[in-house]
Amino acid sequence: MRVSGKAYILGDDIDTDVIIPGVYLVIKDPSELARHALEPLDPEFYGKARAGVIIVAGRNFGMGSSREQAVIALKAAGVRAVVADSISRIFYRNAVNNGLPVAICPGARDAIRHWEHVELDLLMGRLLVPDRGLEIVCETPRGIALRILEAGGLLSLLRRELGRS
Amino acid sequence: MQSLTMTEKILTAKVGGIVAPSEVVEVEPDLIGIHDILGHIVVDILEDLGVEKPGFKGRLAVFLDHAAPPPSKRYAEVHMQLRRFARRLGAILADVGYGIMHQVIVEEGLARPGDLVVASDSHTTTIGAVGAFATGMGSSDIAYAIATGRIWLRIPEAVKVVLEGELKPYVTAKDLALAILGEQGSSWANYKSIEFTGPLVSRLSVSSRMTLTNMATEMGAKAALFPVDSMTIEYYESLGVSVKPLEPDPGASYYDEYTLEASLVEPMLALPDRVDYVEPVSSHEGKEVDVVFLGSCTNGREEDFRLAARILRGRRVREGTRCIAIPASRRVYQRLLAEGVISVLASAGCVVAYGTCGPCWGGHFGVLGPGEVAVSTSNRNFKGRMGDPASRVYLASPATAAASAVEGRITDPSRYIRG
Repeated sequence: MRVSGKAYILGDDIDTDVIIPGVYLVIKDPSELARHALEPLDPEFYGKARAGVIIVAGRNFGMGSSREQAVIALKAAGVRAVVADSISRIFYRNAVNNGLPVAICPGARDAIRHWEHVELDLLMGRLLVPDRGLEIVCETPRGIALRILEAGGLLSLLRRELGRS
Repeated sequence: MQSLTMTEKILTAKVGGIVAPSEVVEVEPDLIGIHDILGHIVVDILEDLGVEKPGFKGRLAVFLDHAAPPPSKRYAEVHMQLRRFARRLGAILADVGYGIMHQVIVEEGLARPGDLVVASDSHTTTIGAVGAFATGMGSSDIAYAIATGRIWLRIPEAVKVVLEGELKPYVTAKDLALAILGEQGSSWANYKSIEFTGPLVSRLSVSSRMTLTNMATEMGAKAALFPVDSMTIEYYESLGVSVKPLEPDPGASYYDEYTLEASLVEPMLALPDRVDYVEPVSSHEGKEVDVVFLGSCTNGREEDFRLAARILRGRRVREGTRCIAIPASRRVYQRLLAEGVISVLASAGCVVAYGTCGPCWGGHFGVLGPGEVAVSTSNRNFKGRMGDPASRVYLASPATAAASAVEGRITDPSRYIRG
């Protein structure tokens, strides 16, 4: 699995309330949720993310609430993967469950330049900047998490299981 | 015999064989909880998948607590959908006014020591106060658990928090939680479970324990546990339930350990917009406050309001400041009513409701406007958490919140409570 996009750089401790504020949790349509992704931090994010972005963040990305809408909103806005120095546990699980690739790439946030083209190779565990020949080692989902990600998310897997039984 | 952490003991019993950290296991939860603002997605998923009969055979409970009573037509519809779902599946329904999920689960004994609890709320860790391994998950995971009766878990490493010494009379478990956050940061326990131990533990009430296990989520924890000791056993006896002691083995191995000397802890504040920007209240005194919120799953219990009432009795909330007081459940409210605490709150000028956590997540019952400053006993002060992105939230104990309400500015409660 390999995904690519423009690097969108973020800081440490990006919490789920800024990824999708509580007031929008009642919205069900992913494309509507997407319009409010990261709104308190960058009201223009939705417009920018349409190009297809990989979020490159610092420590503890996605801390806070269990709201899966945080992942749904980012993905629908055009986020193709999230890489960070570390990722909060519920966000990590929610991302995998929604087929949004995640990777722990220590040092990436400092090494990557905003809006440059980056590629994430999930099986090799590498974040690449082809233009600069840069390669950063990442810890990517393995085992059951990888199986869920490859299936396109937990519900795709569940659909298959229910189909069999 | 291998020495086990409490985390390993509980999960070993669930799996039916010794488990070790980083192992991935599939287990059946004992209790699954969903609530109104995230649970409706679980129901959508199950309906979309056409799951008629859930594979989950344990206790399933639905809580209408975050947006209760419904502040909008849309939330009224969400509540209708969840009521239909609960009725169809024969789930426990804690309808509007019943109370906040974690509070009701402990209050009603819906979870027992040694249980595995999963729920669609990040603060599910709260239930670890009574020795249950309880963790928050997203809607897909919860839907999967209801549909199949199973959930996958990575066995977490445990970290140990040793609580030593005595609390000053105006210092609470909330101040301890904030002190730990200030020292260790918001990702200290990411993917890990926190086990509380030490001489102070036996003197902490179940309510105070819940404040600490609640705030463990803000430290990144997957679960947080107190030993099942005489305090817990007496608590369950009051519910007519008999439970057995449960504690980690001496010599169990921990990933990390942190000792907090409680007697050195002063009233603490988490400053906007981070739960781990923690400083003593005394260094921020005088900052003007628009709104004080007393309540939430963190600090919405009897002891929290009794403490606030010690300060508010015979006093009034400062002109220009609003006080919103929301006991976490109807039962808490009724006890406080019988004790006269509700009358103290109302006489002081607080708006009093019960059974919802609306203000904490910026949902309803007091959303903050641009530039407004709140002192809140809840658990998060992220940018825009309680309303406008330009509002600012200081997290504090009920004592600090009450003292700040009286003065209309951030106030150290020490001068209001002596011995």
